[in-house]
Amino acid sequence: MDSETIAQTVSRITDEIISTNRDSGELVVVGIRTRGIYLAQRLAEQLKNITGIKPPLGTLDISLYRDDLQIKREWPELKKTDIPFTIDRKTVILVDDVIFTGRTSRAAIEAIMDFGRPSSIQLAVLVDRGHRELPIQADYIGKKIDTNKNEKVRVLLNETDGKDEVLINQE
Amino acid sequence: MVFHRKHILGLEELTAEEIVVILDTAASMKEVSERDVKKVPALKGLTVVNLFFEPSTRTRSSFEIAEKRLSADVLNFTPDQSSVVKGETLLDTARNLEAMGAGIIVIRHSMSGAPWLLARELKSSIINAGDGSHEHPSQALLDLFTIKEIRGDIGGLRVVIVGDIRHSRVARSDIWGFLKLGAEVRVVGPPTLIPREIEDMDVKVYYKLDEALKDADVVIMLRIQKERQESMFFPSLREYSKLHGLSHEKLRQANDKVIVMHPGPINRGVELSSEVADDVNSVILDQVSNGIAVRMAMLYLVASGGRKV
Repeated sequence: MDSETIAQTVSRITDEIISTNRDSGELVVVGIRTRGIYLAQRLAEQLKNITGIKPPLGTLDISLYRDDLQIKREWPELKKTDIPFTIDRKTVILVDDVIFTGRTSRAAIEAIMDFGRPSSIQLAVLVDRGHRELPIQADYIGKKIDTNKNEKVRVLLNETDGKDEVLINQE
Repeated sequence: MVFHRKHILGLEELTAEEIVVILDTAASMKEVSERDVKKVPALKGLTVVNLFFEPSTRTRSSFEIAEKRLSADVLNFTPDQSSVVKGETLLDTARNLEAMGAGIIVIRHSMSGAPWLLARELKSSIINAGDGSHEHPSQALLDLFTIKEIRGDIGGLRVVIVGDIRHSRVARSDIWGFLKLGAEVRVVGPPTLIPREIEDMDVKVYYKLDEALKDADVVIMLRIQKERQESMFFPSLREYSKLHGLSHEKLRQANDKVIVMHPGPINRGVELSSEVADDVNSVILDQVSNGIAVRMAMLYLVASGGRKV
């Protein structure tokens, strides 16, 4: 995917979010570290352009909720979580760059539940690369990519990498 | 960078980079204490023992809250109710706790070096919660954290440590921490309470408080440790308070935005006047709440560092 396709994809996901949630209450957008944050920002911006309302935007670090802390040799560096608004009775749009095993999404859902009781949580991803290990699916998918389990999918974004691109590398 | 230490024993042996990792991790941990539900599952299934051979309210409670917010199982082991009074050695006590599955032991002991002994002999991770008059790393780290949060950077600040430098493990850990992060450190107190070897630590020694306070950015008041003074090092508390106690009058020498700290418990009217303790410049209560975030970071980091085989 190049920068044009990524931009179109973010627009399409925005439209889908709006049409799915016509009757839902207030939306809030929460990006999962690191690249989910920037995708969440872009989604929130697009939502504002279309609906005129900018949804509250939060940032989530899932390090403290990982299920591999007991076995992982190197723990992830803990960064800030910042959800400075209530999520009670809100529709939370969780945003990540890639969904793979589903374990990050599981951790993110658990973390969100610790912040309150949203009316629903929906998951938006730029890339679904398959190989789920948990019964978790995204509600909004930018692109499904068939991958080998040992391939690496890298999402590059302007904000962190100087350009927008999705790459697949052999390990 | 990732933290590779299995133990946190003292500031002397930590590098500046490792100190910064702890402070950054603490900054991220702080958010957990601001939530309605103040708990995350990170240390689920890990047993942490608080092994306190000396009385402590603040430090032990702070560690206990930190452990519980990270979902660890917590055991408080206090020697007066235990086999220690029956003559069991420190090492045997600790080995028994390890045999019960303690992943992390937080130890306070009146003997300098006790945490190092445990770190050498046991498989558990050890956190020093104060050893004799040697080190008190969690206090120094929370002092650094509190100042970094207010001033953004420690480098270049003029830090004055006032009082009983001789018996203070807080002073020793603070000196190492502030020097490593690039601050200028001054110590001041009655000559009897300033040990000679302090001059080897690259600090400036003063005996008059108003001279030491000139243009100071941070003032750390130490507690007069009545329990640690086998003989009197100064004629009277009243004289101490007059010469080395902090008042608004003396504080005028310092920088306008000077930060006043105290590790607690305060002896009001001795180390500092009540007005100074309750002043806007005083961050004594911020120190206490930041202490939880810093201890959560220490626990999280040694738990991860200790996993490396």
